[in-house]
This record gives sequence, C-alpha cells and structure tokens, in this order.
Amino acid sequence: MNLDWDFIVESLPLYGEAMWLTLKIAFFAILFSLVVGLLCSIVLYYKVKGISGIIVAYIELSRNTPLLVQLYFLYYGFTKIGLHMSEMTCAIVGMTFLGGGYMAEAFRGGIEAVSKTQTESGLSLGLSKIQLARYVILPQAFTISVPSLGANAIFLLKETSIVGAIALLDLMNVAKDLIGMYYKTTESLILLVLAYLVLLLPLSILLTWVERKVRYAEFGD
Amino acid sequence: MLNSGINVLFEGSNFERLLGGLLVTLEIALLSIIIGTLLGILMGLLRTLQSRPIRFVLRLYLETFRIIPILVWLYVVYFGFTPLLNVNISGELTAIIVFSLWGAAEIGDLVRGALESLPKHQVESGQALGLTYGQLYRHVLIPQAVRRMLPGSINLATRMIKTTSLVVLIGVVEVVKVGQQIIELGVIKAPSASFWVYGFIFILYFLVCYPLSRLSKRFERRWQN
Repeated sequence: MNLDWDFIVESLPLYGEAMWLTLKIAFFAILFSLVVGLLCSIVLYYKVKGISGIIVAYIELSRNTPLLVQLYFLYYGFTKIGLHMSEMTCAIVGMTFLGGGYMAEAFRGGIEAVSKTQTESGLSLGLSKIQLARYVILPQAFTISVPSLGANAIFLLKETSIVGAIALLDLMNVAKDLIGMYYKTTESLILLVLAYLVLLLPLSILLTWVERKVRYAEFGD
Repeated sequence: MLNSGINVLFEGSNFERLLGGLLVTLEIALLSIIIGTLLGILMGLLRTLQSRPIRFVLRLYLETFRIIPILVWLYVVYFGFTPLLNVNISGELTAIIVFSLWGAAEIGDLVRGALESLPKHQVESGQALGLTYGQLYRHVLIPQAVRRMLPGSINLATRMIKTTSLVVLIGVVEVVKVGQQIIELGVIKAPSASFWVYGFIFILYFLVCYPLSRLSKRFERRWQN
C-alpha cells in the first residue's frame, strides 16, 4: 500500500479542528447528561407525584430511539414549528436528550443497589430524608454507578460521530469530504480511525483508573 | 399550516412507504443478528479455551469494535473496501457485514461471560455422573448459559436496530431516507412536513425498541433470584 504522506500531513489540521469540535460537543453533552441524569434519578428516588411518570417516559423514549432520528427531528422538525437552533446547540441538546436517559438509568441502578439497611439505619438515627440522601445514599450510589457512568461517557463520545448528519463539520464529514474531493480514500480513512483512537483510548484508560480509585476509596478492595 | 404537514403522512402511499422503509431497517438488523449470533457462539466458545493467542486475538477483535464508532466502521467498509479489494459493494451489504461482525464480537463476549460465570461444580458433577461432553453441554451448561445471556442479547438486539438507522448515511434507502424523499416532495405544499415525518419515524423506532427493552428487563428480574 502506497500512502500519500504529503496528503496526510496537509489534511492533519482539518482533522485537528474536527477533533476539537468533537471534544467540545462531547464535553458539554456528557456534562449536561450527568446533570439531567442526576436530577431525574433524584426525582425518581423521592417518587415525586406526577413528575416521576414524565421522567420514566422520558428515559424510555430517549433510550429506545436512535440518536440520528432524534437529531433530525430536532434539527429539521422543530425548526418548522418555530424553534430555531444552531447546529452546535442542536447537537448538544440532542445528545443531552439521549445521554440524560442513559445517565439517569445508571444513577438509578446505583441508588437501587445501596442496601436497604443503610436507609433504615439512617432513619433510625433521626436523619431527615434530605440528609439521608445527601450523606448516606447518594455517595454510595455514585460509587456503584461509576462504571456505568464511565461506559456512558465513552458511548456518548462515540455517538458524536453522528452529529455530522446535521451539517456539522465533524470527523466523519471531514473524512467524507476529503474522499469526495481527492479520492485519497485509504489515507482519509486511516486518519479517521486514528483520530477516534486518539480521542477514545485515553478516556478509556482514564476511566478504568478512576473506577479503581473510587472503588478503593469506598470499599477498600 | 401544521395540519397540512400531518396530512402528508397519509397522502397517497406515503404511510406504507414509511413502513416499508422500516422493514428494510429491520431486515438488515435481523439478518445481522442471526449471522452475528452464529459467529458469536463460536467465538464465545473459542474464548473459553486456554490458548493465549486465540484469546488475545479475539479480545482485540472485541475491543476494536467497542472503541471505534459503528459509523466509522460503515465508512471504512463502504469507502475503503471498494478500491482496496476492487469490488463494489452496496450499502445494504456493507451494513450487514459491519453489523454481523459487531454482533459476533458482542455475542461472543456474552457467551464467554455466561459460560465462565457458571460454577465449576456444575461441570464436575456432570462428569461425576458420567455425562459425555456433548451431554454436559446440551443438558447442563447451555440451558444455564442461555438464561444468563438472554437479557444482554435482547439489549444488544435493540441497540442494533437503533444503530441500523445510520445506514441512511451510506445511501441505503430505509425509513429515514423514505422520510426525506416524502419531505422533499412536499416542500412547497406542506412546509411543516419534516416535523411530522421525523416525529413519526421517532415514534416508529420507539414502538419497535420499547417492547424489546421491556422483555429484557423482565427476563433480568425473573432470573435474578
């Protein structure tokens, strides 16, 4: 295989920009998803009347529909009923819609896994329901959730590959454009795969490390 | 204005065409799930072997599919194989290849996990009873392993169905593409069509995936205790 190295070097800045865009979208999407997920799981924990049902419906909707369709609906559909958003905002909102549901499930799993005796001991010590959540349940639930939260973060970073569908110049679009313009297919695709490896491998390693640290701090094993 | 948009859904054969598009999606998903399951079972069995090289290679295979986004895989096969192997492959075939390989990797992991999680004494008691290896697998190991991997497999199936929506990006005419055609056709008469068409597709996917994820949750709960 003869690679055109000049072409590779020349297109590096384009990939660099696209990676930066991907990182920005992923960062905000993961951050907002965590917030949305945490809020949802707290509402579910307190079994707030009325709102809980809406939250459950939201979680199921976001988890059981593809991101591509969510983005199209948001970007092309909602503009028609008067809600205009830039591509960037739309991508972040769409990914938060998707990620929020996944994060909520992860937090909820963590809260459910905290043993019943913890709640009972807390109550018998005279803690209020808020104190109980703040000091007893949530810290433990968070530790239990870390692996699935991490997996969700990686999942979201991978899902950013789809935002090119709503006209953002992300890695996928850069690769596709370069193939279309110069027919340097192999080079463009190698750079594409490498770009995702550069983005995802460090995160994957970091999360394994964080997981181990948090487990050690909480459970000592 | 909005009402003219919703009418688009029921005009002419639009409704049937959208359902037909969904069928294409489901066909790709179903074929890939079947091929992926068959390959995956083989892979899972291979991964329980003691041989280090085999285990390493198969682990690497799984991790590459976990790390690289599926859309990138679709691009690599669709744009990359054509000049490299000098063959022309359609979007559908690309999708089936990529999804089958992905499914095989994930199913393989589920099979391995299920087999390894079975307590050792199950094998030992079986052998003590004088069962042959075939009998051991047929009557003892496989029934228990299937139970443990069923919720995960159904989850994987929903993930695959959702991910097949991506094949529109490599030119396959499935439900999203049909939707785009309908929207483009009615762009002047019904400007709000995209809201209704994409909303309808959104609901369609939900109607397919939600029952599956309920089923998986039910199996999980029933077999947990």
